[in-house]
Amino acid sequence: MPEIKLIEIREEILADNKVLAEEIRDLLHKKRTFMLNIMSSPGSGKTSLILQTIRKMKGAFKIGVIEGDIDSTVDAEKVLREGVTAIQLKTGGFCHLDASMLQKALKELDLSNLDLIIIENVGNLVCPAEFDTGSIKNAMILSIPEGDDKPLKYPLMFTVCDVLIVNKTDYLEGSDFDMQALENRVLKLNPAIKIFKLSCKTGVGVNTWTDWLEGEVAISNYT
Amino acid sequence: MHELSVTESILNIVLKHAKAGNVQKVMGVNLRIGVLSDLENEWVQRYFDYLSKGTVAEGAVLKIERIPATMRCENCGQITTFNLQELEKDWKCLACNGESLTLVSGREYFIKNIEVM
Repeated sequence: MPEIKLIEIREEILADNKVLAEEIRDLLHKKRTFMLNIMSSPGSGKTSLILQTIRKMKGAFKIGVIEGDIDSTVDAEKVLREGVTAIQLKTGGFCHLDASMLQKALKELDLSNLDLIIIENVGNLVCPAEFDTGSIKNAMILSIPEGDDKPLKYPLMFTVCDVLIVNKTDYLEGSDFDMQALENRVLKLNPAIKIFKLSCKTGVGVNTWTDWLEGEVAISNYT
Repeated sequence: MHELSVTESILNIVLKHAKAGNVQKVMGVNLRIGVLSDLENEWVQRYFDYLSKGTVAEGAVLKIERIPATMRCENCGQITTFNLQELEKDWKCLACNGESLTLVSGREYFIKNIEVM
């Protein structure tokens, strides 16, 4: 009977993705382009936020959008109508974007001619949290109708994001959404996270968000 | 669903080491996965069984050690374990009651070793 022996491996499972993600960040730094990865559940307002952000910022910044979708081009078409560059990435059933997909998409964009790239990740709060896309910052959207308990169900997503956008604040009135409870839960998981509360529908709070984003883009463009 | 991508990465790493070590058969794969991950043990094993057919890793059993979520106190450096379902409770450092905490474990995605013949 042959003996069973142990081979020590000690490797990160997603090391290959991390290496590619770092390559992407190096490239972005060289090109002085800021890349933001937006993640959320389906229907929480990723496309609406991107459209609002484009409308506020396209006068001063050159913007490109990478749309991740399982198998449709609906969102990319909306973005193109705003007159900015958009790339559609169909994941073919995959529930997330990873660095290798982003590397392909970025080859289609003229980075030297872009200040800001926004990634619209595939809509779900689980899988995209595990895969570094090579973005400079990660943002997630949570909308009021989804409820204030999401940090309990999807803690990883709240720990990997630099920014939380609470969207659809126009639904707050008459709902049982507890904003204080949400903030307490989120800040326990991630004390450094920045929280913006806004409504893409009414426009309330959108300027505070774009002010912050403009600041981040400016830092990337000039350093 | 991301279990499929993750399992593919696990298999590739296992096969790379098996080949380098001239392994005849991989019996077990020991993983360390943080509790923050939503990876389902059962699905990872099913995907692994499917993907590893015809390789030296066919039939290998995945053993997952779950790593708890711990946070380091920025004030005194003490590391405290927290229950992610208790976000309602006050999270404080057990040593000094400090409230400025940084996550240090719980997001692991790691292959420890493989059991081979």
